[in-house]
Amino acid sequence: MAVSRRDLLKGLGGLAGLLFAGAVGVSRFPLTVTRGQTSRKKADRQWGMVVDLRRCDGCKECTGACQVTHYLSNDQEWIKVYEVETENGGTVFMPRLCMHCEEAPCLKVCPTAATFKNDQGLILIDQDICIGCRICMAACPYEARYFNWWDPPKPPGVFDNPMPEFPVPQQRGTVGKCVLCVHYTNKGRLPACVDACRMDAIYIADLTTGVMTNRSGETYQLRQYLQENDAFRYKEELNTSPRVWYVTGHGQSLDRKSQG
Amino acid sequence: MDRPFEAEAHDFRAAAVAPILQPGPMFWPLALFLSLVVLAGAAAMFQQLVFGLGVTGLNNRVSWGFYISDMVFFIGLSYGGAVTSAILRLTNAPWRAPMVRIAEATALVTLLIGSLFPIIDLGRPDRMLNLLLHGQVGSPVLWDVVAVNTYMVATVIFLFLPLIPDMAFCRDHLGPAAGRVRRLLYDRLSLGWRGSPGEKNILERNMTVVAVVIIPLAVSVHSVLAWLFGMTVRPGWNSTMYAPYFVVGALFSGVAAVIVILAAFRKAYRLEAFITEQHFKYLANMLLALGMVYAYFLFAEVLTEGYKMEGMSLSEGSGPLLEEMLLGRYALLFWGFVAGGLAIPIALTSLPLTRHVPGIVTAATLVVVAMWLKRFLIVVPSMATPMMPVDWGAYWPSRVEIAITLAAAAAVPLLLMFFFRFFPIISIYEMEEIAEHEEPEAVPEPAGVAAW
Repeated sequence: MAVSRRDLLKGLGGLAGLLFAGAVGVSRFPLTVTRGQTSRKKADRQWGMVVDLRRCDGCKECTGACQVTHYLSNDQEWIKVYEVETENGGTVFMPRLCMHCEEAPCLKVCPTAATFKNDQGLILIDQDICIGCRICMAACPYEARYFNWWDPPKPPGVFDNPMPEFPVPQQRGTVGKCVLCVHYTNKGRLPACVDACRMDAIYIADLTTGVMTNRSGETYQLRQYLQENDAFRYKEELNTSPRVWYVTGHGQSLDRKSQG
Repeated sequence: MDRPFEAEAHDFRAAAVAPILQPGPMFWPLALFLSLVVLAGAAAMFQQLVFGLGVTGLNNRVSWGFYISDMVFFIGLSYGGAVTSAILRLTNAPWRAPMVRIAEATALVTLLIGSLFPIIDLGRPDRMLNLLLHGQVGSPVLWDVVAVNTYMVATVIFLFLPLIPDMAFCRDHLGPAAGRVRRLLYDRLSLGWRGSPGEKNILERNMTVVAVVIIPLAVSVHSVLAWLFGMTVRPGWNSTMYAPYFVVGALFSGVAAVIVILAAFRKAYRLEAFITEQHFKYLANMLLALGMVYAYFLFAEVLTEGYKMEGMSLSEGSGPLLEEMLLGRYALLFWGFVAGGLAIPIALTSLPLTRHVPGIVTAATLVVVAMWLKRFLIVVPSMATPMMPVDWGAYWPSRVEIAITLAAAAAVPLLLMFFFRFFPIISIYEMEEIAEHEEPEAVPEPAGVAAW
């Protein structure tokens, strides 16, 4: 049965058109995925954090509070306190949470848009969609993501309605991380780590109003505070544009490139 | 014609269909052993599905390990078919004729097995369809899905096209000895081939098209696999040359795999009259050339990183990783790879003293094993490297991962053994075509059996 060249070309053209339509249909989101699900008014807050390393004493209450709030297993430290040795032989403690990067690498590489950015600029994970490929964990420069290798602990009682804003209980085989307690901030409460820090070292910041505050009510103007205290963002040179600022004061470099 | 095929013992047609009619004494014991290994892997996979990826040795620091290494490794092995079959076809190398069937079958089998590993590695394989329903075109994982599947289709077509006249041959000459299932298979898959010049013309043109298309497809597959790593900022992975590096690595390991499998089936089914020492020497030349290119890439990588030694203080750049790789905790594996995967095979394939079948097959075997090790060295050290002020991560594969890896390795020969119980092990069509149109040396005279 001979096929004419014209028919073959028509068939190939049709197939190519079909594939193109399929590709367009498949990618319903642009490269940076945004989904607005949380606040009633669009983008009335843009959350960030400031951590004053001069005050942090490494007590890890923040880690514990976060784990309790989200019913995490012990290996998941959504806020993790690192011990950094300084050049002059001292130790500095550095809490690291998800940086909620403006140019998040995890967002770019997720094949199913399970990782998305909400309208407050927070990076959240929809554990109903996540297929557990873990390329986001490979891509995150801050080691901020954790995988549910086993069945996660179940919260007591009947609560079983996990959502990206409050992924409790988590789902086995998916990735979890700090959600900047958006479930609290939507109700006017402080994030668990901010509330637990007895050294008042962790501040929550709102980039739209330019205000930052900690659990004791110390409130500053964000821009001014950052400038006066020579705040920096960790691994900024990777072009991630993180939303967490650190203030040092012990003279350690913490690997900052060119500072004034 | 419905009588059983009768021919002289040295005719390649007889040799091509002999495994179909008579598998040889070691077939069933070997098949049983390999099947048990595969079953052990299947049991391990079941355990993983029931309990989760926690049964592996993976952890939050090293979240990719054996499975991702296996994925890159097995898909890389499939490049042997692309090289020996497609490229040699396009360059009109007549000596490829007796090898192409084995090479193409190896390519398909290793590709099928390799493409299972991304699924085995998933935390939620039950949600695989999300890749289609929610697919993001910016993600290297999605590029991987598209590229591998397209390449797989092309590989199937590439294997199947020259199989059509072979199926017709089996339909016409194998008779009742082949059994009812096979005769039905030959009848269907031969697609009514009668061997007319018009049919041959169409077949030849289409095979040329697929041979041309499969090369950029093959390049795309390993480039995309490289970009799973290359699009991150991890030390070691954050390299602009990762894509060509991976493609050359795949070609290198693929040719080595073809040499090993060719030698095995040549010995098992006594094909020495058709797959001669000269074939192995030509393949050794390809292995040597590719090995030298791969060594060059490795040298360029180490030199460029070593010159700058970025980030010696805190976990940025590749300085600490390079140090651990060359002098520290991974040094044994790294230099083992350099010696066993590059230096020794390059020596074996280039020195006249060792350029014989045993030497070449030894070199190829070393390359196959060493290239698995290299893929491990690509995946795990860069994940274990501290990105934050912490110690190095640690990873030891669990029994589940080892069992699944071994099962994959066993599945390759097992599937090939069964493949050649149904399909001719030498492409009868291509032997005849090349004998007709090209130099007669392609179909060697049965002038004695080359010693193994």
